[in-house]
Amino acid sequence: MLGLPRGIATVVRTVARLNVAVALAMLASVLIPSFSQPAAAMNIQQIQSPGGIKAWLVEEHSVPLISLKYAFDGGNSQDPEGKAGVANFITAMMDEGAGDLKSEQYQERMEDLAMRMSYDDTKDSLYGSFETLSANRDKAAELLKLSVQEPRFDQDAVERIRQQLIANLIYADKDPGKVAMREWYAQAFAGHPYARPSSGTVDTVSKITRDDLLAYHKRIFARDNLKVVAVGDITPAELGKLIDDVFGGLPAKADLFPVAKTEPIPGGSQRVIDMGVPQSVAVFGLGAMPRMDPDFMTAFVVNHILGGGGFSAKLMEEVREKRGLAYSVYTYIQPDRYTSILVGSVATKNASMAESLDIIRKEMKKMAENGPTQADLDAAKSYLTGSYALRFDTNSKIASQLLGLMQEGFGPDYVETRNKKIEAITLADAKRVAARLLKPENLIVTVVGKPAGMKSVIPAALRPVAAPSRG
Amino acid sequence: MRLVTFTRLNLLTILALSMLALTPQAHAASATRATEFKLENGMDVVVIPDHRSPVVTHMVWYRVGSADEVRGKSGIAHFLEHLMFKSTDKIPVGEFSKIVSRLGGQDNAFTGHDTTAYFQRVSKDRLGKMMEMEADRMVHLRLDEKEVLTERNVILEERRSRIDNNPSALLDEQMNAALYLNDPYGTPVIGWYHEMEKLSRQDALTFYKHYYAPNNAILVVSGDVTPDEVRRLADATYGKIPANPDVNPVRHRPSEPPPIAARRLVLKDPRAGNYSMQRYYLAPSYVTANRSGEAEALDLLMKIAGSGTTSRIYKKLVVESKLASSAGGDYSGYGLDGGTISLYAVASDGVSLPKVEAGIDAVLDDIVKNGVTEAELARAKRSYLADYVYESDNQATLARRYGWNMAVGRTVADIEGWPEAISKVTTDDVKKVAAEYLNPRASVTGYLVPDESGVAKAEDLPPPSPNGVLR
Repeated sequence: MLGLPRGIATVVRTVARLNVAVALAMLASVLIPSFSQPAAAMNIQQIQSPGGIKAWLVEEHSVPLISLKYAFDGGNSQDPEGKAGVANFITAMMDEGAGDLKSEQYQERMEDLAMRMSYDDTKDSLYGSFETLSANRDKAAELLKLSVQEPRFDQDAVERIRQQLIANLIYADKDPGKVAMREWYAQAFAGHPYARPSSGTVDTVSKITRDDLLAYHKRIFARDNLKVVAVGDITPAELGKLIDDVFGGLPAKADLFPVAKTEPIPGGSQRVIDMGVPQSVAVFGLGAMPRMDPDFMTAFVVNHILGGGGFSAKLMEEVREKRGLAYSVYTYIQPDRYTSILVGSVATKNASMAESLDIIRKEMKKMAENGPTQADLDAAKSYLTGSYALRFDTNSKIASQLLGLMQEGFGPDYVETRNKKIEAITLADAKRVAARLLKPENLIVTVVGKPAGMKSVIPAALRPVAAPSRG
Repeated sequence: MRLVTFTRLNLLTILALSMLALTPQAHAASATRATEFKLENGMDVVVIPDHRSPVVTHMVWYRVGSADEVRGKSGIAHFLEHLMFKSTDKIPVGEFSKIVSRLGGQDNAFTGHDTTAYFQRVSKDRLGKMMEMEADRMVHLRLDEKEVLTERNVILEERRSRIDNNPSALLDEQMNAALYLNDPYGTPVIGWYHEMEKLSRQDALTFYKHYYAPNNAILVVSGDVTPDEVRRLADATYGKIPANPDVNPVRHRPSEPPPIAARRLVLKDPRAGNYSMQRYYLAPSYVTANRSGEAEALDLLMKIAGSGTTSRIYKKLVVESKLASSAGGDYSGYGLDGGTISLYAVASDGVSLPKVEAGIDAVLDDIVKNGVTEAELARAKRSYLADYVYESDNQATLARRYGWNMAVGRTVADIEGWPEAISKVTTDDVKKVAAEYLNPRASVTGYLVPDESGVAKAEDLPPPSPNGVLR
């Protein structure tokens, strides 16, 4: 009996899943003095294992659990040319046997130890998550080590997972939201690895071989591109030993392809992709400030006011609350390593898509020209600072938050200083950055469905000569 | 509504959802965790302290859901849930969520067949304010005609997003309608489109005035709070609202006649992507179990039969015979009127659905005939107990578990006695419920067939059965 949430649960999940950094940037701040600061309650220790691997640790001995989150630089943008989907393939293969244990044995052993392990790939990183009960720590870590260092990638398991991945891709090809997002990237980053479908296509996944998986594993699973965070029932000495056991046997250096910095193609475009669905889905977006840009935080706050703040956001107000045009409309800023984008989505019946996009453009333009009001800014700051602690109320969430900070090159003190940065944003800053960020003429739009009265409008200069690099 | 998903990795999600309402009390935590009391007006209160982080989850659960709707008004429970965010005598239109947000909180709500819940996650010092606002809208909702009509368009868009754009969701809807001959569980929570588009302000108010009252509600607070604090705040807010003597504490629902015919249906949809099948069986729930331990045995049965890559169905269909690219099953045992067993499979390329179905039936027949092994049962029990410990990491999950159980009439003692009840289940118990409830006559089987041409291939039709009954 699945409940039907009224609001933006999906959006929140999407944002969180897309990029740890996004959630962090949004929430890494505390100001309201009555709040106990998570940072104060939370002692973030920076440790170095005897073998030289650095990690952050928050000890929490009240629940007999350990959560370990780690990331290797190099996500699906490291897929070899013509083999899009390798990183995603690997994430599904990590519990399919390792060392002497075949797939079934490995999985039964995991279950016997109640160990949880999962992987996820983004454009720039491969994320691992490992959770164990304290009582099973050593045995579970041994199993994790096998998978990290000696995954088997047995041919029968490869074929089995391939069938699942292909079934998922076929399914996703019929999902208007997924198609709109995939095509948005293809349009915005034509010619760059970011343009490739992150889980590949039926064609590319069909071609991926066991050797491709082994080669990717060898290149990416290394120590110099590894970040590790642990939260839970474990001491620094125990953690040092655990991470040496698990990761110490990996190569010292990763072998990453260079990825060029890039920006979404400016100039604006609109692509309509026909699909027989009663509700069209649009994805729209443009370039934003990189994570280390001095205006990033301000841009983040501006986005919150425009489309990131759920029912407090302008787009939700205008599209849903006032006109009832959509259940869901939102934007977020996603700072990837080699680009940064502001991207959003709206889903509405075919007859209303043109009108909805028109409203969205107008709101962007209005925000660019006038900026937010003081009241908008105050409300956004109040939420962003006040809700910080909500991101730190479970071991697993704390670990994700800290891993994101580590990846972006911040220190643990960020948790305490972040609030001040948000508080320091003035109305003049917000107006200036709104104008710098929001240029509706650059908006890249992809619509999937049968939107009434809409057709593709792609300036000649933006038409790729050949299909964008999709392989 | 069942969760329909075809990716193997999502099995974890299914499991997590099915576990939402469970409380296996493992050795990790003390035997009693929650404190329970009643306000003078009859409102139930449950407090689950977790002092690790200075935040709380505040939920109000009403003992009313879509299965309590008058026939012909499908969707009114969920529509009202949306309208609860509009205005009250004290709160202007659309301000509820904005106030929560300005206080650094997050809010949302959801509706099921048996319950409707509203929640906020906030810093602990805002709990009193949340209670004040939630108590206010329990009895002082104000609905403006125009606001109601606008919001009706929103729920229609929500239906398009969740159901009409998604053939799997459409199949699920059709299957439930076929499974339940008389029980209102056959009507989708979100409602049928043609009835939703006629729902009125008066429909919402009638429903509201009857069901929304303190003596029909459960307050659940988890997080950094003590039972005494909650009692003080609740007395000052909810405690001031008079009980509604018209709410009948016994919930009467039309019940199912004895099932005598297996039902089958085929949904042909060009958007289906893959050939897949689902099957649902009527089964008792924790609430309607005929004898103690029955629902627990069903949980363990389906864990062994269908949960994850170590399950019988996955091993047989996906790993060994390769008839399916993914397959599994689940037991959903938290309905007021009853539970369900569900099965799913995505056919491997070129394999006909009847062949897949026969493969699943062979697995089930084997369990019915020969039962499960002691080793399988022990592993399944361990796994459930571990899940409990993992879930105790998350205060929001705990709040949901207690709230959902209480809303369908289970007690704190039932919830906290679950691990012990699970541990008592024997292989005989499992065999017995398998024989009793894997009953084809109490089932519906649905095929989802990709159909570009509008003509189904002959092999998609069900095979003839020797007994005239398929299983």
